[in-house]
Amino acid sequence: MKGVRHYPGFLPLTIVCLVVLYTPLIVVAVYSFNASTSITSWGGFSLRWYGEVFTGREATRFGQAAWNSITIALMAATTATVIATAAALAMVRGGPFRGRQASFALINLPLMVPEIVIAVATLIFFSTIGLKTGYLTILLAHITFCIPFAYLPIAARLEGIEGTYEQAARDLYATRAQAFRLILLPLMVPGIVSGWLLAFIISLDDFIITNFVKGAGMETLPTAIFGSVKQGIKPNIMAISTLMLLVSVLFVTAAYLINRRGRQTP
Amino acid sequence: MSTAVDIRDAVKRYGPVTALHGVSLTIADNEFFTLLGPSGCGKTTLLRLIAGFEEITSGEIRLFGQDIARLEPHQRPVNTVFQQYALFPHMSVIDNVAFGLKMKGVDPATRRARAGRMLEMVHLSQFADRLPAQLSGGQQQRVALARALAPQPRVLLLDEPLSALDLKLRQAMRVELKQLQEETGITFIFVTHDQEEALTMSDRIAVMSAGRVQQIGTAREIYEAPVNRFVADFIGETNLLQVTVEEVSEDRATVVLPGGHRITCPSASSSTGLHHLSIRPERLMISDDADLTATVERVVYLGTDLQVIAHLDGGQPITLRLQNAARVALPEPGQRIGLHLEEGGARLLAD
Repeated sequence: MKGVRHYPGFLPLTIVCLVVLYTPLIVVAVYSFNASTSITSWGGFSLRWYGEVFTGREATRFGQAAWNSITIALMAATTATVIATAAALAMVRGGPFRGRQASFALINLPLMVPEIVIAVATLIFFSTIGLKTGYLTILLAHITFCIPFAYLPIAARLEGIEGTYEQAARDLYATRAQAFRLILLPLMVPGIVSGWLLAFIISLDDFIITNFVKGAGMETLPTAIFGSVKQGIKPNIMAISTLMLLVSVLFVTAAYLINRRGRQTP
Repeated sequence: MSTAVDIRDAVKRYGPVTALHGVSLTIADNEFFTLLGPSGCGKTTLLRLIAGFEEITSGEIRLFGQDIARLEPHQRPVNTVFQQYALFPHMSVIDNVAFGLKMKGVDPATRRARAGRMLEMVHLSQFADRLPAQLSGGQQQRVALARALAPQPRVLLLDEPLSALDLKLRQAMRVELKQLQEETGITFIFVTHDQEEALTMSDRIAVMSAGRVQQIGTAREIYEAPVNRFVADFIGETNLLQVTVEEVSEDRATVVLPGGHRITCPSASSSTGLHHLSIRPERLMISDDADLTATVERVVYLGTDLQVIAHLDGGQPITLRLQNAARVALPEPGQRIGLHLEEGGARLLAD
């Protein structure tokens, strides 16, 4: 069979896609090292904007926003992962039960509903129940939309683990709880870790929902960047963006590697 | 001999589907007992009922007198060797073998020593600290055996454990399994669809089909005295000929073949009329002292054996197997031959 590269027109199409996707990112990353204040002309290499991020006029604002982002991402990812693990166990190992299809749809709904709709709905929900918008509302919203992202790799991993391992454990005098703790859970770890990493990144990067439910005065890194950009794009924004990009790439790579290693030892 | 496993009227239904229709059998202590049948006959279901992975719909399962039908798998003193081994991939070989002992609360030193001895028994001591994925299929198989035997179960259940191995290894493992069973004195219940495996290892065999036990007996009994058409056809090769029963008395019958030949043979049926006669191909000989006459169609050379395909005078096909000895003169296609039937080589079957 011919490889995909032999189809005429595929190569230029691929190149166009890659250019459109990655040129802006490369431009931002490159210009974050620009010595000049201009965002369009190159004035030599410098790390001044990285310095600006940590020590400049907006450093405290960004620092607080980064702290909020990271703590929210940690808590949201952890909580979502626990819920997603329980959900995956019920869905994959629970056998047939009433409403199984409905549960599956419910878990994955946030992936399909437009984010702006979730944002509006979440805001309306919080104001209806009288919850004051702020740190807590961001956290709750993040936990909710992180669940499907944590769920997918965990469920995929669990589906790859044959039921006979637990049966073998139970056959060898392990109780249900022991079979889960000693056999199933360790085998699930790669899926759980990559689910957590994915959820962490999704939470860290979220803008739309956060912007709706954050309330006045509360900022996460993406909303702080957006706020700053509204007054004109400065190179220090590029430096922050590049840093965030770096963190995202590291996390996604880690998730990929862990998952791959997990697959080698099924 | 005491009874290890006693199953009474075991029924298993999955919704509208019935996998087992009231199976009853008794397995003696220290016996190598095989459940043999084609896929879907219920043999694995029966094994899983004994292990406790499936809940019995109705009936009784007794293990050394104790009713275990409603116990959880970890409460039953039986261990299983799984078809795909199911070795824990994240644990070393020795930890796999020691797992059952650990769950039983045996102290670390004792369980390590015992697991080590089990590995010695299956000749894998040097692989104790490897991960299962680093072993070959045959080695994994032996680890699975050691793991299931380590907690010293009263009964060992084996679910087609040899099916994933290649032929040479499978044959070697048959001998090893049988030896292991004799050394340990543990009752083995072995599930397989491979009749050769069943015949070579088992003390007794239960032939199953469509959720029912068709016959229980030694290898010799089920091969030489099959009770019905299914057993005769499933175990070994056989010629099934339609015959008319003239007379039945005292488990012997006189039957007439369509070609007019008349044979008197042992019978598993007690009614007259149309029935099937089973003739084993190796129990026929070309001879002038003929019970049957036939015309040769083809001779197939099989190495140790010769297979002669012929049709009887009544038109029914018949196959015979001859030992490939120097004195045998090969029959030619088209040649008319007389066939002598050894005593006990034919048997009238119940349908």
